Amino acid sequence: MNDKTDVWQGTLALMVLKTIETLGPLHGYGIARRIEQTSGDLLSLNYGTLYPALLKLEQEGYLASEWGVSDNNRKAKFYKLTRTGRRQLEKETRNWEQTTAILARFLAGAEEPL
Amino acid sequence: MKTVRAWFNRLSGLFSNQRREQEFAAELEGHLQLHIDENIRSGMTPDAARRDAILKLGGLEPTRQAYRERGTLPFLETILHDLRFALRQLVKNPGFTLTAILMLTLGIGASVAIFAFVDAALLKPLPYPNPSTLVDVNESVPLFPRSNLSYPDYLDWKRLNQSFSSFDVYTGTGYLLNTPSGIEPIAGLRVTDGFFHTLGIAPLLGRDFYAGEDLLSAPRTVILSYATWQKRFAGRKDVIGQTVSLSGIPYTIVGVMPDTFQFAPRNNAELWTTMHASDSAGSCDARRSCHGLYGIARLKPGVSIQAALANMSAIAQQLERQYPNDNRGQGAMVQPLSKYIVGDVRPILLTLLGGAGLLLLIACVNVASLLLVRSESRKREIAVRGALGAGPARLARQFITEGVMLVSIGTALGLLVAYGGMHILLSLISKDAMIHMPYLRGLGLNLHVLSFAGVIALFAAAIFSLTPILRLSFAEMREGLTEGSRGSAGVLWRRIGANLVVLELAIAVVLLVGAGLLGKSFYHLLRVDLNFQPDHLATLEADLPETVYPKDAQMAAVRKQLLDRIAALPGVSSAGVSTDLPVSGNGDTAWIRFVGRDYDGKHNEVNQRSTSVNYFATLKTKLIRGRLFTENDDVTKPMVVIINQALAKQYFPNEDPLGKRIGDTTLSPKSIKQIVGIVDDLREASLDGQIWPAVYYPIDQDTGNSSFNLIVRTTQAEQNMLPTLVSAIHQVDPGIGTTGEATMAQHINDSPTAYIHRTAAWLVGGFAVLALLLGTIGLYGVIAYSVSQRTREIGVRMALGAQRASVYQLVLKEGARLAVWGIAAGIACSLAATLLLRSILFGVQSWDVATLATVAIVLAAASLLASYIPAHRAASINPVEALRAE
Repeated sequence: MNDKTDVWQGTLALMVLKTIETLGPLHGYGIARRIEQTSGDLLSLNYGTLYPALLKLEQEGYLASEWGVSDNNRKAKFYKLTRTGRRQLEKETRNWEQTTAILARFLAGAEEPL
Repeated sequence: MKTVRAWFNRLSGLFSNQRREQEFAAELEGHLQLHIDENIRSGMTPDAARRDAILKLGGLEPTRQAYRERGTLPFLETILHDLRFALRQLVKNPGFTLTAILMLTLGIGASVAIFAFVDAALLKPLPYPNPSTLVDVNESVPLFPRSNLSYPDYLDWKRLNQSFSSFDVYTGTGYLLNTPSGIEPIAGLRVTDGFFHTLGIAPLLGRDFYAGEDLLSAPRTVILSYATWQKRFAGRKDVIGQTVSLSGIPYTIVGVMPDTFQFAPRNNAELWTTMHASDSAGSCDARRSCHGLYGIARLKPGVSIQAALANMSAIAQQLERQYPNDNRGQGAMVQPLSKYIVGDVRPILLTLLGGAGLLLLIACVNVASLLLVRSESRKREIAVRGALGAGPARLARQFITEGVMLVSIGTALGLLVAYGGMHILLSLISKDAMIHMPYLRGLGLNLHVLSFAGVIALFAAAIFSLTPILRLSFAEMREGLTEGSRGSAGVLWRRIGANLVVLELAIAVVLLVGAGLLGKSFYHLLRVDLNFQPDHLATLEADLPETVYPKDAQMAAVRKQLLDRIAALPGVSSAGVSTDLPVSGNGDTAWIRFVGRDYDGKHNEVNQRSTSVNYFATLKTKLIRGRLFTENDDVTKPMVVIINQALAKQYFPNEDPLGKRIGDTTLSPKSIKQIVGIVDDLREASLDGQIWPAVYYPIDQDTGNSSFNLIVRTTQAEQNMLPTLVSAIHQVDPGIGTTGEATMAQHINDSPTAYIHRTAAWLVGGFAVLALLLGTIGLYGVIAYSVSQRTREIGVRMALGAQRASVYQLVLKEGARLAVWGIAAGIACSLAATLLLRSILFGVQSWDVATLATVAIVLAAASLLASYIPAHRAASINPVEALRAE
């Protein structure tokens, strides 16, 4: 259990948006599974925490939802990206890349002797 | 942007709670099914599959909880919950709730209404630029500290002063205007050319008067008020340049003032004409001793009022030396224009605001004390809620919610009461007085007033939230469960509360005594000796058009015609005219001198009236000696005069005035008149004024009386005769203007003195009733609280054999002790406080025993009632119940 990382605050939203962009309209369970698989099972994710995050994204207008039927004929709520959601994803991606790049440079630099 | 949107969604989530929860339940169900399906596919048993799915979810309830919290605004939801709970609590105790809200409503309503007046009258009374440099400049004599300027004096003051950047004068005047409905007398103002420039207001349309336009040589021009422009000229833009005939003389309209323009001292003016000071020898404008103008001026930058006053006084002294005959005793006075306009109402309003503030304070104290009584009975509830896990903050919030709710309802109703109260107060102000208080046009629930109400509400809410919180200190909460506790805080409050109630009762006594005295003096005022019979008298003012009747003989002829026609009307027993109505106030005076006596140059100032033959007979004023005027006393006969008893007493203490002769200060031959009669002291003065010496001339021997008052004694209801009188006058000549149709009773009732006394009595009376109500409720609150604290003790007493009567006695005694203290302190204070009222009291002493006794009895009765209710409750305590509560 200890080698799994908890999901950082704020990154979950980005992962959700990216997942839906990649796979198209998707239900909550599908999103959770996909995030877990993509992380190579390195992330420990309580599926339950996903739902408030989805609700928040919907309240903010990045996601829209509608009821549909899953592949194996179960009733489920499907989430899809809105236009503003797509823009937000681009923005967040850029921010994240910038942050990690800075951090990476910082960590690399710290190893060199001054 | 997105945050706002999310918040809005969450806020609306408050109202779609149930639907969202159902939907989420379905979504969660779908999620679990998908997970279980997959688990089964990978080989788990259905039970294990379900368990794993729920485990992976992190539990059903936590998920739902997290979702719910995101779906709405959790803290708002608790507030809504608190509000619902608070509302239930308030509805459960209708007696408490109604009393508390009623008190808050009255307290807030009264103070907001009065603050609205203060706001309108005192915060911005002058609607002119740089109002602080505008001053009221006039002459001053010992009898009238603010008396009129004469035109020659004005010219000298204007020429010689170093204090004013501009200095102008105005005087009221009347014109006869041709209207579609006949000749109508309208009020106007004669002003010098810079009048509007000094005030700093430019016309809306056309132009201001130019310099020199007020000279006799300039063409006659007029500026209209906005209302007149709208009413009489249909608001047409092309009125500029048109000619209007005023009393038969053509004037060119050069401007229209804006709607917002007001000039409080003479706000009834429909139009403004220029001075055009006459230069013919006998005219008022040309005589230095004829005072009829008021001055306004702008101070030069850096000149103080005191400096300006010193400057003007020096000039007045110089003129006094130069013209000793005309200007003896004529000083100067300079005061801020705002002081002149709102000077009279400022102390009244501030006193009222103080009174209203006091009422509000009492109301708040009472509500706080009622809240305490109630929190006592809620101790158990609070303790139980605490024991069930409600934290101190949560419990405190409940009290705050209840306090805020009470205050909100009270404030909302209070604003309604304030709105109504303002209109009642406005209706107390007579129409005439209202014209001169144009600043009250801005009265209303404006931003200032609403903010004031908001601040009061905040304070009140703070007090009401804190009282129960402090009282129910949380250490005591645990004891609350045992119901037997009597904390020291309770005793402390009883002591503070008792003292406050004594204070409240004392205030109620002071206000009631004040109201009683004012009411009594108003009663006396209306029964003052008038020395005429005021009933069945109809009056109106008639204005003869001077272009039609330019000569005194013509005026006399048409006056006689009018009087003959009116006296012949059915329902009329007699009719007379006078230049001034009785009870109008001292003034319109003459300086007299006695033939054959030494003269030291002192002004013997007496009231001067010109009257017709039947005047005294119509009023039923007694002739003491000599004779009244007859038809023979006209211009062809030697001049005669009738004096009143006051004149006879003051100037002829030891001789017979009949046959003696009087004249003006120089005893010019034309002014010499012989005294032929002495009449009773007909009240010319205001109701509470002093009787001055008076001289009465036959109006036919006097000059220039184109306007005069008609007084008609009727045999039927005088009110109904007024229209008949007007049409009778217009049958003689439709060109004669008529104004001020009123009965003598109305004239007396609406006179400024009666008005001030009546208003004061009503206002203080209103406050007194409120104070009595609040004081009684306050007493009730304290006694009821004390009974609630002593329930157990009373139970024990009764169990030990105390009779119900003795329980009544126990409680009533406690109420009586407070009431006696309150009444005693109140009477002591009112003896001091009513000294301040002395100047307005009339015919009653400030220590009027009957009033004091009545107030004491009223208060004692109210106190008895207030303590009877809790006493009854105490006596109905079931000792078994009271003791079982242990």
